[in-house]
Amino acid sequence: MRLPASLAALLLILPAATAAEIRPGRDFLSPELRALQEDEARHPGMLWVEQGEEVWRRTPALDKPSCAGCHGDAAGTMRGVATRYPMVDRASGRLLNLELRIEQCRMERQGQPAFGYESPELLALTAYIAYQSRSLPMTVRIDGAAAPFFDAGRAFFHERQGQLNLACSQCHDDNAGRRLRGDVISNGVGTGFPAYRLEWNAVGSLHRRLRACSLGVRAVQFDYGSPDYLNLELYLAWRARGLPMEAPAVRR
Amino acid sequence: MTGTGTVSRRGIVTGAAALLATPRASRASPFEEALKAFAGEAVPRAGRVSIDVPPISESGNSVPITILVESPMTATDHVKTIVVLAEKNPHPQIARFHLSPRAGKAQVSTTIRLATSQRVTVLAGMSDGSVWSGEKDVVVTLSACVDGG
Amino acid sequence: MFNARVTMKPEAAKGEIVEIRTVARHPMERGNYPDAAGRMVPRMIIHSFRATYGGEEIFRMELGPGVSANPYIAFTTVATETGDIVLEWTDDSGFTLTRTLRLTVAG
Repeated sequence: MRLPASLAALLLILPAATAAEIRPGRDFLSPELRALQEDEARHPGMLWVEQGEEVWRRTPALDKPSCAGCHGDAAGTMRGVATRYPMVDRASGRLLNLELRIEQCRMERQGQPAFGYESPELLALTAYIAYQSRSLPMTVRIDGAAAPFFDAGRAFFHERQGQLNLACSQCHDDNAGRRLRGDVISNGVGTGFPAYRLEWNAVGSLHRRLRACSLGVRAVQFDYGSPDYLNLELYLAWRARGLPMEAPAVRR
Repeated sequence: MTGTGTVSRRGIVTGAAALLATPRASRASPFEEALKAFAGEAVPRAGRVSIDVPPISESGNSVPITILVESPMTATDHVKTIVVLAEKNPHPQIARFHLSPRAGKAQVSTTIRLATSQRVTVLAGMSDGSVWSGEKDVVVTLSACVDGG
Repeated sequence: MFNARVTMKPEAAKGEIVEIRTVARHPMERGNYPDAAGRMVPRMIIHSFRATYGGEEIFRMELGPGVSANPYIAFTTVATETGDIVLEWTDDSGFTLTRTLRLTVAG
């Protein structure tokens, strides 16, 4: 319980910072981690990307197409796709992030059981598809059918939560750039996910990271793919509009 | 690649060299045993070993390290083995590398775990039987945001 | 899950020093501590990495539990003649992952 005490104490003594520009995740990395993120020969996340390419090409069943069977070469067809997620699925009216869109495709087009959130295959395929948008600017839509999801996500971001009674915005808007123990608080954009996190020794999803945030402020941890995190993901993506996709990023 | 200056080099002859040169009454630590196992009867001399490792690491889970040993890497004069030791790790011997003149240069890299802030010691065994050593201190900082909350 | 990526230039001049950079996917479970249920977690690490060039060993590494998960290993070799560079990672289960790269040497 040492973290909450220090966290609360730190936030008490810090004056509120003025709203500044939202900076990309890589700006908050040490030079060593930034170099690792940019060096594909060392970046462990590339192992997941490589696995994702395998899954992309794999025929799921005799009479069912592989991802490549419909979409062809991902380098062309998937370029920029991840920058537009989460988006509202026209048929169902649901908000889908990249993971859930892949699962939908797998179930409806390939007739296969879902991989399952945070499964190795889904992480790998998501990382592979997101990788095709690396360095492209985020461009989610928040108008029309997306508007209610966006509003809910924005409200979630500013709502005080948990035993520490902290809103996302208190760390990631008001105190971004300041130190919290050995960390520099980032703007909390999700553009690096799925990311290779040193703490995990593995690639994990944005929702896994959000669950750690929720636990950090002693709030409810929502399920993977839950509406609460999906709405928040949309708000985070809009907040990062114009910033480059970094997935698979390296994070601490 | 950061080399060790001559002044500090002499100042650091302590570590590996001193440990082996001084007789000890108490039982050897796992670190000392690993040192002894590598150096054998040779007394390590400080120098010829450059260690490139971040002085401050944000995670002890994976710390990049590159080791460069000064050597012509010829048939008659080359580095045969390199060992990486971390005194405060539960298992101080992290890795041992075996090289031959076919390497062209004695440079190896890997990623290591450091249980806590500590000194990393590298020993290089040469074809003439001599052992050289280098050391670098690494500070491992604590993260505020961990999955355990 | 156990796969590996290798980065190496495919062609080199005779006598040139070529760097071989590898990352292997492995948890490098250091073991010897109790899990949540109180059972001791067994060690499961890549304990050996070996490289041959034209059938002759050019590099070997013994890994302990102090090597990170998904370890990066880089080393060098002098380009002598066109041939295969074979890399082998072996873990505590006895499984060996092999990657073969062709190095074409000119001159």
